[in-house]
Amino acid sequence: MARSQALEVQEKKELVSKEEKTVPARYYVPTTDIFETDDALTVVMEIPGVERQALEVNIENDVLRVDARIDFSKYEELEPLYTEYNVGHFTRSFTLSNNIDQQQISAQLDDGVLTLTLKKAKEAVPRRIAIN
Amino acid sequence: MAMSYPDPFHALFQFQQALDAFRTSGWLGSGPSGSGAYPPLNVFRKGDDIVVITEVPGIRKADLEIQVKGNTIRIAGGKTVQYGDTAALHRRERLAGRFDRAITVPVEIDADHVKAECRDGILALYLPRAERDKPKSITVG
Repeated sequence: MARSQALEVQEKKELVSKEEKTVPARYYVPTTDIFETDDALTVVMEIPGVERQALEVNIENDVLRVDARIDFSKYEELEPLYTEYNVGHFTRSFTLSNNIDQQQISAQLDDGVLTLTLKKAKEAVPRRIAIN
Repeated sequence: MAMSYPDPFHALFQFQQALDAFRTSGWLGSGPSGSGAYPPLNVFRKGDDIVVITEVPGIRKADLEIQVKGNTIRIAGGKTVQYGDTAALHRRERLAGRFDRAITVPVEIDADHVKAECRDGILALYLPRAERDKPKSITVG
């Protein structure tokens, strides 16, 4: 089935922003998976090359925003010979519905993949009602 | 103030030059998997050595296999994307699967001293140029 499938190159999508930046850096939209279980919503984002301290996750007005910055100083003494992809910061935001408990959001970064677990608010968790 | 008028043929020549450079470039041209294969690579030069950098987010070190033979480097591995059994998918953009890519660099490399580093989803291969391949400077007597 899907096991033997070959991995394809996904073209990086550059961010089209309504607001303008003051610094001439490129921003990309990280590839993201979102899935929901009974008690939480999980957002998984691919942000290769971003270190823990260069990552910012915040919530403002029900908007979850992830800002991930690349440390370009690593490329300083490297002279490009051949390139297939561009390097830039990552940013993406999602509007949350109000059934998320905004106090209980956990984030984990492993191998360039950010996993955000957003716990659902108590009243949004489905309750099974036994029928007598 | 210096003004330069656009030369209508400039763009055409530039395009032709880029095309020629691409065709005659030894970079990854003759390899079994040239451009377009996963993972996408950037190749840099650092002093005499070659540095190959690629983005492999979500791939564990244990799932990566790197082999060097002559001046060909093979990068193979697999990536899995897992959701729980009970999860309802809202958005699915990440891909999973296997990959196998071989690249041939146009310089001789010292296979014994190749270093691979994988951190934060970035795989960097440091390929030192073989001592016998380095240019010798000759002083004019």
